[in-house]
Amino acid sequence: MAAISNPQLAEPAMLSRLMGRPTAAVGVLILIIIALAAILAPVIAPYAPTKLSIASRLHPPSFAHLFGTDDLGRDVFTRMLYAARTSLSVGFAVVIFASIIGIVLGLASGFFRKLDAPVSRLIDAMMAFPDILLAIALVAALGATAFNVVVALGIVYAPRLARVVRASTLVIRELPYVEAARALGVPTPTILVRHVLRNVTSPLLVQGTFIFANAILAEAGLSFLGVGISPDIPTWGTMISVGRQYMDQAGWIMMFPGAAIVITVLALQLVGDGLRDLLDPRLAKDI
Amino acid sequence: MSVSVTREGRQETPLLSVQGLTKYFPARDGRIVHAVEDVSFDVRRGSTVGLVGESGSGKTTAGRAILRLVEPSGGRALFDGIDLFSLSARDMRAYRQRLQIVFQDPFSSLNPRMRIAAIIGEALDARGFPRGQRRAERVAELLTLVGLSPDHASRYPHEFSGGQRQRIGIARALAVEPEFVVADEPVSALDVSVQAQVLNLLGELQKRLGLTMLFIAHDLSVVEYLCDEVVVMYLGRVMERGPSRLVYGFPRHPYTKALLATSPVPDPTRRRTHVPLHGDIPSPIDPPSGCVFRTRCPEAIAACAGVVPPVEAIGGGHHVACIRHHE
Ligand SMILES: Nc1ncnc2c1ncn2[C@@H]1O[C@H](COP(=O)(O)OP(=O)(O)OP(=O)(O)O)[C@@H](O)[C@H]1O
Ligand code: SF4
Ligand SMILES: [Mg+2]
Repeated sequence: MAAISNPQLAEPAMLSRLMGRPTAAVGVLILIIIALAAILAPVIAPYAPTKLSIASRLHPPSFAHLFGTDDLGRDVFTRMLYAARTSLSVGFAVVIFASIIGIVLGLASGFFRKLDAPVSRLIDAMMAFPDILLAIALVAALGATAFNVVVALGIVYAPRLARVVRASTLVIRELPYVEAARALGVPTPTILVRHVLRNVTSPLLVQGTFIFANAILAEAGLSFLGVGISPDIPTWGTMISVGRQYMDQAGWIMMFPGAAIVITVLALQLVGDGLRDLLDPRLAKDI
Repeated sequence: MSVSVTREGRQETPLLSVQGLTKYFPARDGRIVHAVEDVSFDVRRGSTVGLVGESGSGKTTAGRAILRLVEPSGGRALFDGIDLFSLSARDMRAYRQRLQIVFQDPFSSLNPRMRIAAIIGEALDARGFPRGQRRAERVAELLTLVGLSPDHASRYPHEFSGGQRQRIGIARALAVEPEFVVADEPVSALDVSVQAQVLNLLGELQKRLGLTMLFIAHDLSVVEYLCDEVVVMYLGRVMERGPSRLVYGFPRHPYTKALLATSPVPDPTRRRTHVPLHGDIPSPIDPPSGCVFRTRCPEAIAACAGVVPPVEAIGGGHHVACIRHHE
């Protein structure tokens, strides 16, 4: 009886248990380093991100320029640090925006039977489009600014979160503690937030981590295709997009930001996998 | 309104009078689940009525429907003279706190993300209890009432055993000072060693607070010493009901007799009653015609398939739904 596993863990306990898993711990560590690098960019960066130097165009990696210089003689390492700020912020903003839409749609369709059919159909319709095509169409319609990229990607990823929230809501809605609240006459909005949403946070966190990774990739993809954030603003994506033209002469311009994306996405996946294993009682075997 | 006679012969209106309660659930392919069908019984003020039947007989659904936690398909539930089923959702809210429920599963009846103080606090909020120092005292008072310690208030549900959680569930229900409590198999999920403690607590609280209670169980033996009256259900319908001493002492319905034959002494190694009737309970989607019990009834005759046996009064508040009861 007491052996019934309790999937709902308090958050602090969750982090320490996550760190107990080697792969997830590596992921968390990498993310901390990258986040610190982004935050401390002005301190760490050896040059100004916009400092041009025609004399030192397309220099390969050296002690003066760790990751080389780009076509305008700017330090690639410096720009990568600043690009991390934009890329991570865009990814994070996408997660927040998608979560807001996803939570509203998911709660509505999961909790209110009448709304389920129409909202579910909308979600299915949105998911029928390939992610990147829908994002391109939305950015094309809204205009290519960083803000609109966030909006577009937020819309693209919202349905996945809505599905996760809906699935959990359908289960939680029937649980006796929700029924107890109804028996007490607790107003429905309070029940939705206090009893349903609060118990959806775990699957939401897992999905949010994966969406963070996807959003960073997608932002880079949009920039690479030239339909994303303006090339003047350094993001890992815009750096690759510019570097592409010099791929043969100066591969480092796109190689290093490319590696940054791969490492970040990989780290996020590791953390996401760890969280999922931790929160899914069917997969949790050890510890 | 129906009127019952107390042991002293004095007439009084029951606190709750359930009349013709029916609840259908939609099933696949446009079919319907006959979860509860034409169920009637009264609950006198301050008394405990047991609602007994095998798994799937519709006990929980009946309890939930009375509290409007599921919308009933038909019938009336006169509570203190007002038909709860005729109230708008808004008017019902005013009645909510007068009727409370204690759930079967102690693990899913408490929100895992809320501290005990918040869980009981939510009930106090519903009652309009002011915030502040008095509230903490009230939470402590309620915890003490159900045999827990006041410093349990700051803990989370997962830190408690099943029996303790059930006590918390009871404290939450009592926080709004209800007149009527549905206890839905409150001990069937608990370890046998703690079942008696929780039952004793409920019996004691019922007396001390003058509660009126509907006690749901799948086992007649659990109900016997706690209940003044019993209602025996099978496949959504009432088979037999009446004062405990009559139903236990002189069971008239073949189903009640079978249930009693299997549970003379509480057997600690057995959680659920195994009724030695052949066959399984038929599906409530397609219940047998006539008497719903006929497919398993040892006394069934051809006529049993004809009409649904009416629930007939046979004296002393004892009622039976069997065409052969007078034989
Ligand atoms: N929400 C629902 N939707 C569809 N069918 C339901 C629903 N709730 C209950 N039922 C069905 O109604 C019937 C009666 O169920 P109920 O839970 O009331 O029985 P019970 O007597 O409480 O059984 P148990 O002893 O297992 O708790 C069952 O056949 C059940 O499957
Ligand atoms: S009516 Fe017939 S089938 Fe039903 S309980 Fe009586 S004898 Fe059995
Ligand atoms: Mg039940």
